[in-house]
Amino acid sequence: MGMTMTQKILAAHAGFDKVEAGQLIEANLDMVLGNDITSPVAINEMKKMKNQTVFDKEKIALVMDHFIPNKDIKSAENCKCCRDFAREHEIVNYFDVGEMGIEHALLPEKGLVVAGDVVIGADSHTCTYGALGAFSTGGGSTDMAAAMATGKIWFKVPSALKFVLTGKPSKWVSGKDIILHIIGLIGVDGALYRSMEFVGDGIRYLSMDDRFTICNMAIEAGGKNGIFPVDEKAIAYMKEHADKPYQVYEADADAEYDAEYTIDLSALKPTVAFPHLPENTKEVGSFGEVKIDQVVIGSCTNGRIQDIRQAAEIMKGRKVAKDVRCIVIPATQAIYLQAMREGLLEIFIEAGAVVSTPTCGPCLGGYMGILAAGERCVSTTNRNFVGRMGHVDSEVYLASPAVAAASAVTGMISCPCELGL
Amino acid sequence: MQAKGRVFKYGDNIDTDVIIPARYLNATEGTELAKHCMEDIDKEFIHKVKKGDIIVGQKNFGCGSSREHAPLAIKCAGVSCVIAETFARIFYRNAINIGMPIIECPEAARSIEDGDEVEIDFDSGMIHNVTKNESYKGQAFPPFMQKIISAGGLIHYING
Repeated sequence: MGMTMTQKILAAHAGFDKVEAGQLIEANLDMVLGNDITSPVAINEMKKMKNQTVFDKEKIALVMDHFIPNKDIKSAENCKCCRDFAREHEIVNYFDVGEMGIEHALLPEKGLVVAGDVVIGADSHTCTYGALGAFSTGGGSTDMAAAMATGKIWFKVPSALKFVLTGKPSKWVSGKDIILHIIGLIGVDGALYRSMEFVGDGIRYLSMDDRFTICNMAIEAGGKNGIFPVDEKAIAYMKEHADKPYQVYEADADAEYDAEYTIDLSALKPTVAFPHLPENTKEVGSFGEVKIDQVVIGSCTNGRIQDIRQAAEIMKGRKVAKDVRCIVIPATQAIYLQAMREGLLEIFIEAGAVVSTPTCGPCLGGYMGILAAGERCVSTTNRNFVGRMGHVDSEVYLASPAVAAASAVTGMISCPCELGL
Repeated sequence: MQAKGRVFKYGDNIDTDVIIPARYLNATEGTELAKHCMEDIDKEFIHKVKKGDIIVGQKNFGCGSSREHAPLAIKCAGVSCVIAETFARIFYRNAINIGMPIIECPEAARSIEDGDEVEIDFDSGMIHNVTKNESYKGQAFPPFMQKIISAGGLIHYING
């Protein structure tokens, strides 16, 4: 029996010709990632270690993105802890205010992850880089500490689910709608402990930004990683962003999958996940009026330039509905600058939205858009758990940037088609 | 290694946001995090929990964020073990890495009720419900993970 794409990457990084699902291995790491929430815990753990030197100062990325610019004294102290550590260990890829972006948008943009890499991050959405054909997954802070010191980490080799994507999605169906549809199909534990491998002729219609969004939310189905084959688009992206060499791995023709799903992208409609689980999906138009109080467009899921452009296309010449707050957060400084040069920020501000510096803030109920009891938010983020964006009696509806922007204009969950687009 | 305590029982998909809400993630110390453990799903938990008590969840316990603050808050609240039908994989890793015992056992997750007295033998994976006088066979850890847990976590394991 052959290996899946994920198994091949893991085998190569563990020094084996072949691995099997369920096998415990120790893999060499190409990048270790942490943020301002998880890194301080990792740094404290590392101080308990006999060997306190980092394995490779160029293969560690510390990104201050969750609570910065710092929201309070404790957050400032956490960032200071990371900053001091980065200075002491001469960490090359330390990103602070002015250079930072939301980590999973920033690392591919900076060329720090390429196809064939094995990456662990102390952040659950580290699975994003599967879009580039890398194996990447989230771990905890202790994982990060051990990885920073040894350059290795233990994994159980995952089995896989195969998703065959066919057909061309319609204009307002993006990567977000595709992954929400899949999570609705298999549930929030539908891919537990497993890889989600995306293949099929529909992939060629998906931009890299669509693929980042799809892999980003593999964790919301319980997946260990999401991964795409490396095609011309992925190679073009890496050539534009990265200097380091990449390695292309392909699944064997006789690779074994636990299950196979075929998704006809041309049949999908804009999709929203209702509170309080990402699996509670409904097609826009299949439910009644849902009035909203806030819209958030951003995050590691949907804060990339395509997302910002789509939202701007819809909001151009229109106004945010009365009694709705709309917060737009480009995910990195480069995306922010690009959006500014294209005149997109002007469109948002004229529409009555606010545009923020990059931050994870509202996605996890940190700051910059906390909800009061009874309030509803349409958000392009990734989780809608109880209390995720604020009060336990508030509600988050997950959607694409297009649906979020249209909803900001109408004041209720809407498809862009309702605006005649 | 053994544990014994009273059970706090919860449902499916207990996520890390309800185990420890992000508004408290500016803290890193377990004792501080423990003060808010389970706050958004069970405000009484932290006032009732006693050292050695056990949490029982159902499917996909610990789903969501990678925050190690979640198993750390549970451990520092005094909980001796979490039993569930299944665990989200990052929570599973994190629990092992910080030396917090967890056991997957669908039968125990279904049968044990809130308030039951339960004993667990980690070496054999046996779970005994004292209140109901029932026993369930949980999944014992592979030797590699047993070594990490008995060392007190991954860092102590690496230190040798």
